[in-house]
Amino acid sequence: MLDITLSVLILIGALFTFIGSLGLARMPDFYTRLHGPTKATTLGVGSLLIASMIHFSSQGEGISFHEVLVTLFLFITAPVSAHLLSKAALHLRVKSLAAPPHEVEEADSGEGQ
Amino acid sequence: MKRWLLPHPILTPTLALIWVLLVNSLSPGAIILGLLLGWAIPLFTLRFWPAEVRVRKPLTLLRFVVVLLYDIVVANVAVAWLILRGPKHTTPAFVVVPLSLTTDIGISILANTISLTPGTVSSWLSPDRRRLIVQGLDVKDPDALVETIKRRYEAPLLEVFEPC
Amino acid sequence: MLSTALAIAFGLVTAALALTLWRLLRGPDEPDRILALDTLYVNSIALLVLLGIHLSSELYFEAAILIAMMGFVGTVALCKYLLRGDIIE
Repeated sequence: MLDITLSVLILIGALFTFIGSLGLARMPDFYTRLHGPTKATTLGVGSLLIASMIHFSSQGEGISFHEVLVTLFLFITAPVSAHLLSKAALHLRVKSLAAPPHEVEEADSGEGQ
Repeated sequence: MKRWLLPHPILTPTLALIWVLLVNSLSPGAIILGLLLGWAIPLFTLRFWPAEVRVRKPLTLLRFVVVLLYDIVVANVAVAWLILRGPKHTTPAFVVVPLSLTTDIGISILANTISLTPGTVSSWLSPDRRRLIVQGLDVKDPDALVETIKRRYEAPLLEVFEPC
Repeated sequence: MLSTALAIAFGLVTAALALTLWRLLRGPDEPDRILALDTLYVNSIALLVLLGIHLSSELYFEAAILIAMMGFVGTVALCKYLLRGDIIE
């Protein structure tokens, strides 16, 4: 029973990690590529960490919960780096399928020069 | 006097929790050392904390976190499906979300929430902090997206963090 | 059962790393490469966690935590560099 739960969690995690990177590789422009890694990998690594938590807790040396720390850290940092990357791309005017709003360019040309 | 005793009421338990997680043990020694660190670190870094955070309705915050976790799972499945179907089926767009939140913590939590949930990434905050530009992976109806963000995520945050 | 799942998972994560590496080499813009680096470190955390389960060793966690922290700081520093042309102002 434990084995099955662990295997399912590991497979789900690895699958989401893979899909995240697949999105990075096959999406057409930067802004659509951004979505794959930031979303799919948080759940992917998250469920791998839950699997590892269950695995080490079942080893008999008391429960193991420091995986929560990595999960928390990833969930806090992933949106921050996504926001910064997106902001940097808007600043550099990276080619985009959807037109970015005008006010970004106006504010951007005023700031930082 | 009170500031000296308990410099940062939210940071102290958070740091203690992180310490306990880091050493991976629930022994009394670890908890006491964690609380000690949680008391000492805010004391020495007090000057770096610009404003005290005040959580007004903890229950609303808790419900918000539960809704958020549910949405993250749904978002992941939705985005994974979009990626597997291929780029031809997506309609990316930028939408502008007018903000009602004014506090730093409120705005940053909202921006992080948007980045974690269904196919949206917060991209840019206008210098006057009134509008947040959000990039969506598959936006069929921009107005509905703005409406969802405001109702589902901004309304509870307004209750929790805004003084009224 | 578990070893089969682990073998499949290793394959999937390695394929993910290869795809990320491809994007890192191909670009075409700087943000794309930084995003690829960001994904690369998250994927390597996944690989380390899998190795930890496979070898039943907790040691890999220390490495995973360190990579999580350093990777985030690296991404932020690189984005800051793109935004301002300078890291420390």
